[in-house]
Amino acid sequence: MDFWFSEKQTKNVKLSIRVDRQLYSGHSDFQRIDVFESPEFGRFLTLDGYMMLTEKDEFIYHEMITHIPMAVHPHVEKVLVIGAGDGGVVRELVRYPEIRRIDLVEIDEMVVEVCKKYLPKTACRLEDERVEIHYEDGLKFIRRCKDEYDLIIVDSTDPFGPGEGLFTREFYGNCYKALKEDGIMVNQHESPFYEEDALACQRAHRNITESFPISRVYQAHIPTYPSGHWLFGFASKKYHPLRNLREKEWNDRGIATRYYTTTLHKGAFYLPAYVEELLKDVENKR
Amino acid sequence: MGEISQENAPIYEALERLRKMRVVPFDVPGHKRGRGNPELARLLGEKCMSMDVNSMKPLDNLCHPVSVIRQAEELAAEAFKAANAFLMVGGTTSAVQAMALSVAKRGEKIILPRNVHRSVIGAMVLCGAVPVYVNPQCNDRLGIPLGMAVEDVKKAIEENPDAKAVLVNNPTYYGICSDIRTIAELAHQHGMYCLADEAHGTHFYFSDQLPISAMEAGADMAAVSMHKSGGSLTQSSLLLLGPNMSEGYVRQIINLTQTTSGSYLLLSSLDISRRNLALRGKETFEKVRSYAKYARAEINDIGGYYAFCRELINGDSVYDFDVTKLAVHTLDVGLAGIEVYDLLRDEYDIQIEFGDFGNFLAYLSIGDRKQDIERLVSALAEISRRFGKEKVDLMPQEYVDPQVAVSPQEAFYAEKETVELGDAPGRISGEFVMCYPPGIPILAPGERVTQEIREHIEYAREKGCTLTGAEDLEIRRLNVLKGV
Repeated sequence: MDFWFSEKQTKNVKLSIRVDRQLYSGHSDFQRIDVFESPEFGRFLTLDGYMMLTEKDEFIYHEMITHIPMAVHPHVEKVLVIGAGDGGVVRELVRYPEIRRIDLVEIDEMVVEVCKKYLPKTACRLEDERVEIHYEDGLKFIRRCKDEYDLIIVDSTDPFGPGEGLFTREFYGNCYKALKEDGIMVNQHESPFYEEDALACQRAHRNITESFPISRVYQAHIPTYPSGHWLFGFASKKYHPLRNLREKEWNDRGIATRYYTTTLHKGAFYLPAYVEELLKDVENKR
Repeated sequence: MGEISQENAPIYEALERLRKMRVVPFDVPGHKRGRGNPELARLLGEKCMSMDVNSMKPLDNLCHPVSVIRQAEELAAEAFKAANAFLMVGGTTSAVQAMALSVAKRGEKIILPRNVHRSVIGAMVLCGAVPVYVNPQCNDRLGIPLGMAVEDVKKAIEENPDAKAVLVNNPTYYGICSDIRTIAELAHQHGMYCLADEAHGTHFYFSDQLPISAMEAGADMAAVSMHKSGGSLTQSSLLLLGPNMSEGYVRQIINLTQTTSGSYLLLSSLDISRRNLALRGKETFEKVRSYAKYARAEINDIGGYYAFCRELINGDSVYDFDVTKLAVHTLDVGLAGIEVYDLLRDEYDIQIEFGDFGNFLAYLSIGDRKQDIERLVSALAEISRRFGKEKVDLMPQEYVDPQVAVSPQEAFYAEKETVELGDAPGRISGEFVMCYPPGIPILAPGERVTQEIREHIEYAREKGCTLTGAEDLEIRRLNVLKGV
């Protein structure tokens, strides 16, 4: 028996993963949710047929979206995480004892329930006492926040479907307002490679640049995402991601990681020429 | 064919049958199911092109319907509880024209509120009818025209017993309804017809939680923009008749100006939309209502903005209010409605229906999604944070009775000369001036220009409103009647 999961990464490109069995399939109010077991990538979660995470490579994404800002900001106490119902970001965040509170805003309660049941490797720390989960539209939640958070992590799905609102200027503007005067926002920034993704990437960069004084982009290699080349946004009111990197302080913490290092941190902000160009194309242009 | 019901869509079904017959076309349109225009077919899709066909026996004829179009019209009449319904392909403008042309001839009077759509006055240019304006009351805080007070209509009727009809907006662009039932009764008591411009009221027919529809209120004719809240294609519309109208005569009137090549894309869109509304309209508009209620509460919660609603109801000039119209007063944020309109589009990629001096209107309908409403609300919060200023006051707008010096038709065709706007007061206008949208005339052909009107035009231009109607696009000059 041949059993494969395929995702159309573009109209003309497919990624297929051999599947042993399907662990879960269901429909929430927002999307279709599936969990599979595979020989190569372990368990993996898809939403509306799009790959969200696999047990084998999720560490790259979650380490890079969390430790980069944590190694820059000198004292993070209060964090807002938007999306991220799989719990991966929270798992990394709770390793920092100075964080006193994490608000997790996930629109789809069923994603959290499914992840707790089938993906314990990422959802394992959602019960941490510092975490409060709000089942709400992120755009709505943040409208009422002002001067409240040190760090906002936007772990969104793609800019179509339920995650659409999390790529808009009104959302990033509201994030700016919700952050304290030295706050940082980090976001899932799509891929620069395929045309449709690159356009989404440009739009997000344009919208962030218009809302934050410091806006830089960094990269990581995530095998199961389209093209494998993925970007993150680092937007900040005060701290520069490289000039304000607290390398020694972070290494003194002794947090064990498999992808992130403070050396990689520095390298991640050096982008291929074509990516630099497509980002520059939209800076200060409206 | 057997019994047909609201489950059917006769025009759509006939198009499907035609497709299966694989008829070889040696008739118009010349693109022959899209093959002759591959670029357009790529844009619109082959299916769309293959449905763009001409009247033929299996598809009936809009000018003289006897089969599937007739059935579709009968189903529409049933769905809207009208005696007759006509499928219209020239926009609601064509339905409004048919109403005016059906009831009034040259020199005959129609009683109507000043805040009518330009198409109403355009219709009077065509038929030569003379407008008798009723002052729509104005809400001073919001700066918007309201409905007609029954007493004012009564006075107009008594002063003009020879008038042929009374026209009512049901509702206005802002969602405001007059007491159309009482006005229809009054009109009938005096031997006049009651006409309704329901360009913004299609959904009234499919909810018991919304204001009364014109047909239910006893109006004789209603022009219904199916393409606005009803979900059909742009330019498709319905004209409804009450029991006292002659269907045959109205059809003759419609055929004076209507195309003889009615588009089957438009006709099938009317047919399918009618079916959808008849079967699911009630629950659909219940959803729209709940979205509007949510959006209004969230917008009012931001502070500064005032999304108004049923609290405006005063039993007379605001007899009822259409809660699906999301109109928001912006002056307390320090911004004009038109400025918020521009910011939403330029900064946030959100297109709303229109902005005037003090308000903007976001159109909610059958196709809205919760997440898009969140975007609108969040963008408004951001606009207030980034661009908000000290509260500004509205230029007080006294309602000035338009002085109808000559009929719109006479003025339109009279010899004219062009003068500086500053020199226009005292002269008789030969053209329209209006902000578009909402398309309500500031000045109509045949009206005397006053100092207040001049100031109003200049203020609108300064605030960035799109002024239309006149020959000079910037309205720095105006065409006025020569020698008077």
